[in-house]
Amino acid sequence: MPNTMTLIQSVTVGAGGASSIDFTSIASTYTDILVKMSLRTDRSAIGDQIKFTVNGSTSTYSGIVLLGTGASVLSETSSAAGAGSGYLIGENMNAATSTASTFGNAEIYIPNYAGSTNKSMSWDIVAENNATTGYQAIEAGLWATTSAITSIKLQSANAANFVQYSTAYLYGISNS
Amino acid sequence: MAAGSTYTPIATQTVSGTTTASVTFSSIPSTYTDLIIVANGSLTVADNSYIQFNGSGGTAYSGTVLKGDGSAASSNRYSNNDRIVTDYTSYPTTTVGAWNAVIHFINYANTTTYKTTLIRSNNAQNGTSSSAHLWLSTAAITSIALQTQGTPKWGNGTTFTLYGITAA
Repeated sequence: MPNTMTLIQSVTVGAGGASSIDFTSIASTYTDILVKMSLRTDRSAIGDQIKFTVNGSTSTYSGIVLLGTGASVLSETSSAAGAGSGYLIGENMNAATSTASTFGNAEIYIPNYAGSTNKSMSWDIVAENNATTGYQAIEAGLWATTSAITSIKLQSANAANFVQYSTAYLYGISNS
Repeated sequence: MAAGSTYTPIATQTVSGTTTASVTFSSIPSTYTDLIIVANGSLTVADNSYIQFNGSGGTAYSGTVLKGDGSAASSNRYSNNDRIVTDYTSYPTTTVGAWNAVIHFINYANTTTYKTTLIRSNNAQNGTSSSAHLWLSTAAITSIALQTQGTPKWGNGTTFTLYGITAA
């Protein structure tokens, strides 16, 4: 039987929203993991940033993002306060003043998540909006720690809540 | 009709030591639709990495890169090259595990079209990039070499996994 992307956990935000989306007790039996997200927050803005942490850790994150808004393109560091800081930021997902019923999509690929080397990540993020401003970004992330990743927490970087129908899926990919 | 499979592992290679200049997947079966290589690791000296198909060089490779280095966004092109330039600003460094690349080889076994490769390359120490590349050959891809050039070699523990993607 050939291997496929195996669904490990899924989260769908219900009525009332959620302040975080959590994947816990992630088994070490896969080679890589992939998080696929469809998110919207109640922040009073067009876009909101994803706050990403693993294992409850608040240190050794760093990242570089390449972001387009429809009017400009920029590259900046994507971790709070620069390299070695408390979380990674994914830019952006849809928020309250973006086009209604529209959710941002993101994908985070983490190779060798359970191995004994530093944990690098590949991010792809879009937040479309039927107006002047939308967002598309790619990002390189790093958690400079050799521990296996056993949990992932997604939050709004602006203390907003994910709205109902936001979803996130965690997949495992095996190399044998 | 059975659904196509995704990420079917074909082979994995893990670099041992610090003298490996090239990692090659050979005798690749033609039974999949697309291929993906996931790479994760480092180099002994920070530098670009490269890709070559079927041992073929010459002037058959070209590509366009969109990249960011944490302070500026830019784009590069190359053409008439003897191999794919994988990374540009997001090249592997000496930090173990800091670099990763997800490399898509589209319609790799087709014998009537030139071959397109899409690459996401990431290193939080120096950049992120998205690039598209062309190999001016209608031959099916039967081997893929992931190469260094000159002094740098693949770092100990660097991993490359080849997956097959099937349309049906």
